[in-house]
Amino acid sequence: MDNIILKLLFTLLGLFIVLNWGLLMSAIMQKIVARVAGRHGIPFYQPWIDLIKLYTKRTAITHGIMFYLGPVFRLGGGVGMFLFIPLIYGSEYFTNFSWSGDLILILYFQFFGMLGMALGAGEGGHPNSVIGISRGLAQFTTVEVPMTLAVISIAVQYQTLSITEIVAAQQGGILNWTLFTNPLATAAAMLSLLGAFRHAPFNLVKAPNEIPIGPPTEYHSSFLGVLRTNNAILHVIEAVLFMNLFFGGATNWFELILKSFLIYFWSVFVGVVFPRFRIEQSVAWFLKVPLVIGILAIIIFI
Amino acid sequence: MSDINNNTNNKEDKFLAEENKKRTVIGPDGIEFEIDPLKDYFCDQKPEVRDPKNKVVEKFINWARAESLWVLGFGTGCGSIEIPPLLTPRFDAARFGVQMRATPRQSSVIIISGYLAVKTLKRVIRSYEQMQSPKYVLALGSCTINGGMYYDSYNTINRLDYYMPVDVYVAGCMPRPEALLAGFNKLKERIKAGRAEGANEYAEKFDWYKANQKKIIKDWNMPDYNW
Repeated sequence: MDNIILKLLFTLLGLFIVLNWGLLMSAIMQKIVARVAGRHGIPFYQPWIDLIKLYTKRTAITHGIMFYLGPVFRLGGGVGMFLFIPLIYGSEYFTNFSWSGDLILILYFQFFGMLGMALGAGEGGHPNSVIGISRGLAQFTTVEVPMTLAVISIAVQYQTLSITEIVAAQQGGILNWTLFTNPLATAAAMLSLLGAFRHAPFNLVKAPNEIPIGPPTEYHSSFLGVLRTNNAILHVIEAVLFMNLFFGGATNWFELILKSFLIYFWSVFVGVVFPRFRIEQSVAWFLKVPLVIGILAIIIFI
Repeated sequence: MSDINNNTNNKEDKFLAEENKKRTVIGPDGIEFEIDPLKDYFCDQKPEVRDPKNKVVEKFINWARAESLWVLGFGTGCGSIEIPPLLTPRFDAARFGVQMRATPRQSSVIIISGYLAVKTLKRVIRSYEQMQSPKYVLALGSCTINGGMYYDSYNTINRLDYYMPVDVYVAGCMPRPEALLAGFNKLKERIKAGRAEGANEYAEKFDWYKANQKKIIKDWNMPDYNW
């Protein structure tokens, strides 16, 4: 009994670290993008200030029950993913609640938040929210296809659906990483990761200049605070998922921070270099190259 | 002041958009009922004064509010051309925590950039009221102070603070982006000192502001407060 409480406390500590690292990482990335544009950019502590401000706004209005539940579902999706992904391999407590079938559960949780958000933003009633949602769901559906193919490929390769076992199979040197043992699956997943992080070529969902803000158009005050909190968690946890599946996992916090930073940086790097796709272009893009690579990755292991 | 609200009498059909007119609808179960969109679809509650609770906590929160100014991207006059340069490498307002937001719900600052036509005033009021408290108004240019070069125009307002509580004026015709940045810093000082309570002022003197607004906006076809 004590053991499970201790584990819960460590999981909460892990959540706290992941949240703060996510906020810091998003600030660093915004600074990098600003430097590319020749600006100084925001101070590194700006995301925390924004959060404090959002949570302490004096008024908030609601459009109905689903409007309340939207951010809650989104946060539920993010924290749910966090709970089942092992953060540090070999650590007794920071492996969270990883169990033998967690890979399938994670794939499900990825969509869970999106759907909750769609219901909530739909009740907000703003036309831009609806456009944003339909674009977001269309794009994410096509993102999921190559990602799922890559995941199936490595599940077949390692003969397991447990993330911890997949990480365990990659220990003992850089050449044991899935990156080298299954480069096709890695390529398909890293391309679909661009869509999962929704940075520049695929950021039409929020498209600040076209459909202002997108799905969260009507969200404000603490609602938006919850969404931003979740974004910080989700960015790190998606990067950690990819780190676990393809880049050998992490055996300590420093390794986790470095690898998750580099994985997130990959999407920011592509975003800085390439301009934004239209929605039909991005949907078509995911169904071409990444899809073919994903199918090849499966054919090889059958 | 007695004739201020006289346009409430003829507010009925002339200016109302088609979807806002009273009409009879047949529900999915076959029952007929009458709807009045302005009453049924919109919340007509008046805004309330929200006093700061704890002095020490409020001081910290005000610091956070001052360092995170989200500006509504709403240009009303020629001054709006001074806002885009703020985001460029030369002026880079992001250093000061100033970010642009595209929706009034998420913004905390509205910049009235230059002359305000009566037609625009109506939209500005709607946007301002949709912003969440605490919210700040930054008036840019001479036109917002006394009408500027449009002082005798037939369709622009002269003094902005008759219609909404202004926190900071930036004088000039037109003020350069540097002046706007200085205005932001002045606004920050004001927020940190706890003096930027425009939203509460608006709620307190709500009737006075509404009377002034209705005096100048003849085709008033929206609820009294746009939640």
